[in-house]
Amino acid sequence: MKIEMNEFDEERIGRLLRLLPPAPEGWVRAAQELPAARAVLDELVARAEQDAAFRLQLRADLERAIAAAGYDPSPFIVSRLRRLLEAV
Amino acid sequence: MAVEQTDAQLVSRCRDGDPDAWNEFVERFSRYVYAICGRGFRLPQPDAEDVFQEVFSRAFERLGELRNDDAVRPWLAQLTRRLSIDRLRLNARDNPSEPELDEQEADDVLATLDDAMTVRAALDKVGDPCREILDRFFCRDESYRAIGDVLDIPAGTIASRISRCLEKVRAELDGRSRASRPS
Repeated sequence: MKIEMNEFDEERIGRLLRLLPPAPEGWVRAAQELPAARAVLDELVARAEQDAAFRLQLRADLERAIAAAGYDPSPFIVSRLRRLLEAV
Repeated sequence: MAVEQTDAQLVSRCRDGDPDAWNEFVERFSRYVYAICGRGFRLPQPDAEDVFQEVFSRAFERLGELRNDDAVRPWLAQLTRRLSIDRLRLNARDNPSEPELDEQEADDVLATLDDAMTVRAALDKVGDPCREILDRFFCRDESYRAIGDVLDIPAGTIASRISRCLEKVRAELDGRSRASRPS
């Protein structure tokens, strides 16, 4: 049962605060970089759709091909692109 | 004291393309999503990380579809819940010996985490230095000495400061409760 807000006492406030530790810094940073990462992914997928040689490079060695294209092969970019390439 | 924006105001800024708003959005809700994955559904760390990123990725894509900006918290909770359950089902399919998910138990935890977010929002409203002291003590589990060293205040005064800050958070919650009660 949900407890009404006016039933918060100091002890309960402390207990509830303990339930929300910070998420790992790297996770938060990756989520904050999503808008930029999505722009990179859009560019890479567009290029893969148009350029068969680039597509082959990506399939042979994803991280190296991303780096060779001038982008940072972050774990997020690599895992997302791997999934997106399945549809290309 | 910095004026804290409401969830709706923050969502509106995200939708308008304010470059700082998305960072603040992730900052505000990251603990909540993390806690739902970990405490609510007990996802192993690598699965929790995948779900965490997927939640924010979908939130970024679909924020424009949100009908009521004030409802962003329950919307994120449902999104995290659904993706966590999907992940657990996938794991159970690959490994049938995994214990079955107790959805009722998870939903009880989610309700408690929602209360925790209400307290967190009140703490944000109270602002620093209380926010920093309580965050270090309760959320980061730091000792009085560590808090005193970082904030350059005598360790012997930390307990009384924590107590006063808790009173302020309670007063903020009481104020909200009175404001939302019909007269």
